[in-house]
Amino acid sequence: MAIRERLSGNEAIAVAMKQINPDVVAAFPITPSTEIPQYFSQFVSNGAVETEFVAVESEHSAMSACIGAQAAGGRTMTATSANGLALMWEMLYIASASRLPVTMACVNRSLSGPLNIHNDHSDSMGARDSGWIQLYSENNQEAYDNFIQAVRIGEHSDVVLPVMVCQDGFITSHAVENLELLEDEKVKAFVGEYKPEHYLLNSKNPIAVGPLDLPNYFFEHRRQQAQAMINSKNVILEVAKEFEKLTGRKYELFEKYKLDDAEIAIVIINSTAGTAKTVIDELRDKGIKAGLLKIRVFRPFPAEEIAEALKHIKALAVMDKAEGFSAVGGPLFNDIKAALYGVADGIKVVNYIYGLGGRDVKADNIEFVYNELQNILKTGQLGETYRYVGVRE
Amino acid sequence: MGKLVEIRWHGRGGQGAKTAALLLADAAFNTGKYIQGFPEYGPERMGAPITAYNRISDDKIRIHSNIYEPDYVVVVDETLLTSIDVTSGLKESGAIIINTEKAPEDVKKHLKGYKGKVCTVDARKISEEALGKYFPNTPMLGAVVKVSKVMGEEEFLNDAKGSFAHKFATKPEVIEGNMKAIERAMQEVKGI
Repeated sequence: MAIRERLSGNEAIAVAMKQINPDVVAAFPITPSTEIPQYFSQFVSNGAVETEFVAVESEHSAMSACIGAQAAGGRTMTATSANGLALMWEMLYIASASRLPVTMACVNRSLSGPLNIHNDHSDSMGARDSGWIQLYSENNQEAYDNFIQAVRIGEHSDVVLPVMVCQDGFITSHAVENLELLEDEKVKAFVGEYKPEHYLLNSKNPIAVGPLDLPNYFFEHRRQQAQAMINSKNVILEVAKEFEKLTGRKYELFEKYKLDDAEIAIVIINSTAGTAKTVIDELRDKGIKAGLLKIRVFRPFPAEEIAEALKHIKALAVMDKAEGFSAVGGPLFNDIKAALYGVADGIKVVNYIYGLGGRDVKADNIEFVYNELQNILKTGQLGETYRYVGVRE
Repeated sequence: MGKLVEIRWHGRGGQGAKTAALLLADAAFNTGKYIQGFPEYGPERMGAPITAYNRISDDKIRIHSNIYEPDYVVVVDETLLTSIDVTSGLKESGAIIINTEKAPEDVKKHLKGYKGKVCTVDARKISEEALGKYFPNTPMLGAVVKVSKVMGEEEFLNDAKGSFAHKFATKPEVIEGNMKAIERAMQEVKGI
């Protein structure tokens, strides 16, 4: 029997961590993810977990401690946001290249500057090329479910990569909502025991971690790392199937909402997907064939599957909650357009930058985007593809 | 589809509007509802205006935005009436509940012609008499349950008692006072 609960997104992650009971958690507080190590350190001092909690002096040190602990053979976790993630940058690449399946809760917040504590996706979008698997979460339930699945995905022998589980800062991290928890023993059984193939504390098979990798091997190691990312797609789906058996909650690479017969659609990440679903229901009542594709897995990018799911759409808006400064659109837009190229060329695709720095995204904003898509459909004119919604100009 | 009730709280930092929103969410959750309880975060300072929100529904809640057309508005500090547009978007089928010693007709002039129900409750007096201190949030919680009927009164009172027992485990002496404050607010709220 699932446990009916109400928790904030941060509490949900902290509870998932407690149930997983990792060997080491190393973290440095930063809004809006601070509550995760805060709640978790209470579990540590209450004896609810056996975890070694390392209160470090910076996020660079947090990720370094995670790398050291995971390399030693421990299951390791952390949480951060925005500039904390930025300060980990150097070590993010070292974690993934060293093939250390650290699990991170990334509570999305705008990356300074200007200084802002509120939500957008500029932090994790910037880390999209760091070799970490990225899972995104619409609500507290998904943050909890993704975090539990992340452990299995990252540690799988075909993958062995770190995973970051993202959710929207404040919007879900600080909002109390209903969710269903699993019993402790079910989580424990689902994640299983961490059994790394190679680890530093294995005296029978000594290894070096992080040595100099010169031109005669570096390229092969990169190739293997890239293959691990390619492999992870199937593992993500396998783990999701097993999780569905356990919980009844279905997860895939992305979620389709009323997409199969849609004429106009948006592609979106995280909490605004929920708002968009309510808008779609209203539009459907008026006979407008609107749909949604919500990204769950952004790295690896499921290009083929996305193109297949979108190929019948006539007008599409890709919603980016991050400004890419490429002068042609946001990061999700670029990836979606590349995915469609040569496979579904007839679709009229526009990009909307939205919700930066915590600008509240109202149902009206989403409705506006669908109205614009209908205009494109009616007039056949694409117009400027690099657009904004909800900004004063 | 079940009815979605949306509530917006206006208070000042330190008065417990956020806590009240979370307590209301908790109470509604315990009666089997789907809930959201969330504050609008800003630069947090004692005395600065703050906003918090509740959504309460029989169905799963998917929307993730602030509330612009609430069914109910709770004003925890009456000095906000002249500085914040508290009735902005408030549905006329709903109500505004204000912490003031004044009667509903005496505060209407600040409400920009709001045509819905106006309720007042003297949360200061109730709090000071029941708790010996000024904590307006628990009486306001009682008033909003009474006015909005988002849950049964008995159900709510039983649940509140349980929540307080948990929340104030280290200071059980305040439980009775808080319960009294809620009950009195439910009886004394004017304009229903």
